[in-house]
Amino acid sequence: MRFLLNGVEVTPEAPPMARLLDVLREQCGLTGTKEGCGEGECGACTVLIDGEAVCSCLVPAAQVEGAEVTTIEGLGDDHPLAHAFMDEVGAQCGICTPGMILTATTLGPRPSLARIREGLAGNLCRCTGYEAIYRAVRKAT
Amino acid sequence: MTEAVGRSVPRKDGIGKATGRAKYADDLVFPDMLHGRTIRSTVPCGRLAGVRHALGPSFTVVDWRDIPGRNVVALIADDQPCLVEREIRHAAEPVLLLAHADRETLLSAWVALEEEAATPVFDPEQSPTAFKTILIEKGTLDAGFARADLVIEGTYRTGAQEHVYIEPNGVIAVPEGGGIAVYGSIQCPYYVHAALVTLLGDAVTHVRVVQTETGGGFGGKEEYPSMIAGHAALLALRARRPVKLIYDRQEDMEATTRRHPSIVRHRTGVTRDGTLVAMDVEVILDGGAYVTLSPVVLSRGTLHAAGPYRCEHVRIAGRAMFTNTPPNGAFRGFGAPQTQFAVEVHMDRIAEALGMDPIRLRDRNALRPGDTTATGQVLGADCSAREVLRAAVRKSGYRRKRKAWAGTDRGIGLSLFWHGSGFTGSGELKLASRATVELTATGVRILTSSTEIGQGTRTMHAQIVADAMGIPYEQVEVAVPDTAVVPDSGPTVASRTCMIVGGILQRAAERLRAQLAGLSPAEAFRRLGPLAVTEQYVQPEWIRWDEERYRGDAYATYAYGCNVAEVRLDRDTWEVRPLKVTAVTDVGKAIHPALATGQIEGGTVQGVGFALLEQVVMRNGAVANAQLTNYLIPTTLDTPALDVVLLEHPYPGGPFGAKGLGELPIDGPAPALVNAIRSLGLDLRAIPAVPERIMEAACASS
Repeated sequence: MRFLLNGVEVTPEAPPMARLLDVLREQCGLTGTKEGCGEGECGACTVLIDGEAVCSCLVPAAQVEGAEVTTIEGLGDDHPLAHAFMDEVGAQCGICTPGMILTATTLGPRPSLARIREGLAGNLCRCTGYEAIYRAVRKAT
Repeated sequence: MTEAVGRSVPRKDGIGKATGRAKYADDLVFPDMLHGRTIRSTVPCGRLAGVRHALGPSFTVVDWRDIPGRNVVALIADDQPCLVEREIRHAAEPVLLLAHADRETLLSAWVALEEEAATPVFDPEQSPTAFKTILIEKGTLDAGFARADLVIEGTYRTGAQEHVYIEPNGVIAVPEGGGIAVYGSIQCPYYVHAALVTLLGDAVTHVRVVQTETGGGFGGKEEYPSMIAGHAALLALRARRPVKLIYDRQEDMEATTRRHPSIVRHRTGVTRDGTLVAMDVEVILDGGAYVTLSPVVLSRGTLHAAGPYRCEHVRIAGRAMFTNTPPNGAFRGFGAPQTQFAVEVHMDRIAEALGMDPIRLRDRNALRPGDTTATGQVLGADCSAREVLRAAVRKSGYRRKRKAWAGTDRGIGLSLFWHGSGFTGSGELKLASRATVELTATGVRILTSSTEIGQGTRTMHAQIVADAMGIPYEQVEVAVPDTAVVPDSGPTVASRTCMIVGGILQRAAERLRAQLAGLSPAEAFRRLGPLAVTEQYVQPEWIRWDEERYRGDAYATYAYGCNVAEVRLDRDTWEVRPLKVTAVTDVGKAIHPALATGQIEGGTVQGVGFALLEQVVMRNGAVANAQLTNYLIPTTLDTPALDVVLLEHPYPGGPFGAKGLGELPIDGPAPALVNAIRSLGLDLRAIPAVPERIMEAACASS
């Protein structure tokens, strides 16, 4: 299997039906992608596949053949959303944060509050009540 | 130099979490590590007759006979086995442990339990066994009722609630030398340490417990990690290899603790002018199959059951009952959200019976400085129940909206609530918590067993120490909670981490500062070498507590809150949509306003879930909806707009005036929302207020 991971071509060895989540975490060693429920409900495992936010626990690895996959590590240390999440305390326990930030990158420029709420509805956070996350997204986008 | 306290300084752990670099339990890998799995009972009550399997030598298998010490999860009563021997008391009770290098092989391994089912008890009111009873008495009820013009009665019920921390429970046990180290997602490293010492006995030379970055706790990682750590340690000792034991969501929801379901009955005497003259309260908690923390949950539940109100004649009788369900345990609020749901809905019913404005009723009876609580505690100048009430009414536009929305599908309701800071009574004295501040080459380092579970422990402690030392916040480091390195600062529970442990750190920092005689920490370290100051909790001299009679100063102080909830009812689907919650909160002093606001926002939304959405469905003693597909917590589309207002009436005994904060916000939303639904003419006395329940209330009232 061959795909572009955070801009670099990788060829991990995994069964075609292995969850992309496990391939990223175990074969590729990128543990920033988290498992919260394993059934596509919580969004903690969100990654971008060809720019689209998807739950990597629901994606068989074979499906990303030839695709471009972006994980939280691919955004680097200086992404405006990472800094806004720090400044606005959008991360408390932090386990939902990578998925939340990756989904937020797909919301487009200057999203309205309604657009942010709709866009982030697939990412669960149990700590913040989401308000600080809205503040962070509005600050960064 | 700018002071740190009172400013929203950057979180110590902000960048690691925002870049995905922070390491949680499941992110760690040790050489030769195996994966662990737990085989569990399927019947809620009965006897284990046998275990059948055909596992090859590549498997590590452990049952109760492999336990070198005592087969208990050491906590309060030591009645809960780490692994079932014969008696099965609940579904999903751990029986057998397996480990294997390959996770797929492990998960597909076949094991069959031979279980003989017996008749279970599910109704706490029918249960023959009480884990704990508590009686709080003040004045004479008969004398109080004799003065009453009106007596109002009611029964109120709350359901179980799942913690749904987004990171499920998980640990890794690693043999080291002749001992064992456990790394994991835990709130209370020393609880786990004590449990492992009891379980493993002489089989290990030492036990070390290290907290990994923890993806939420809310009480769900208070006592349960002692169980899972024990399991991983037994497997690791048997295999002589590291063992990772991480629950998936379903196992976490089936097997770990939940909020205690409750039944609370009120009988209240009032005079025509709205003065509470007698309060008779009965509290029943469903404890589940083992004692775990139920006695202390009942304690906090009963101590908050009369609400933040003055009344001369009070009786609160509580009992925590055995049932054949997985043990219920610690969950943010710890019994207080249940009992305050009851008293606050009851207050609106009293107001209705009197034909009185519910705000006026509360304002008349709210505790003031100098008043006594049900245990006879005299409240200090920081008692601000009326201030939060008045501020919330003003800020939310309650009166105007209540009037304007009469007869529409919009409702508004309110709740007034309080929460005691720290352990109950002489609990803090018994804990005798310790905390250390030591010099480093660049500043100082904090050593405590207080865990960062999202709430901001590291940051808030560093702020307190920075200002007490008179040094920049950036020069304060915080050690990883590792029982080989940090002293026992008590558990990270009970809204105590800021007020109690923060207070100990403040004293340690002040004493260290005095020893430096004007030198900066870095300079002192160069000249004097390593220097550390450890302080221990000192109980304020005025605190008196009688554990037998439940009289005296139940908590050093209380924080106060008032919620105003606005809702819209859909009369076709009977769904209630929360539109807005105004949350006025007095925590004495917000050490870090953004963190404090985050605690209030997050706790409020958990309370919205508790009130409207979150329903644990039990079938034959087992959770029928152990997945996030059909156990619903609030998403971004289910949350109301939040307006958080912080008031500060400082408590002189807390660091910079701070009180406890973590739990308070979850006490208020459920009664405020149900009172908002009540304002629409629906007599609802149980939560979660799911559409089916609201429809039943509507049918009953029409």
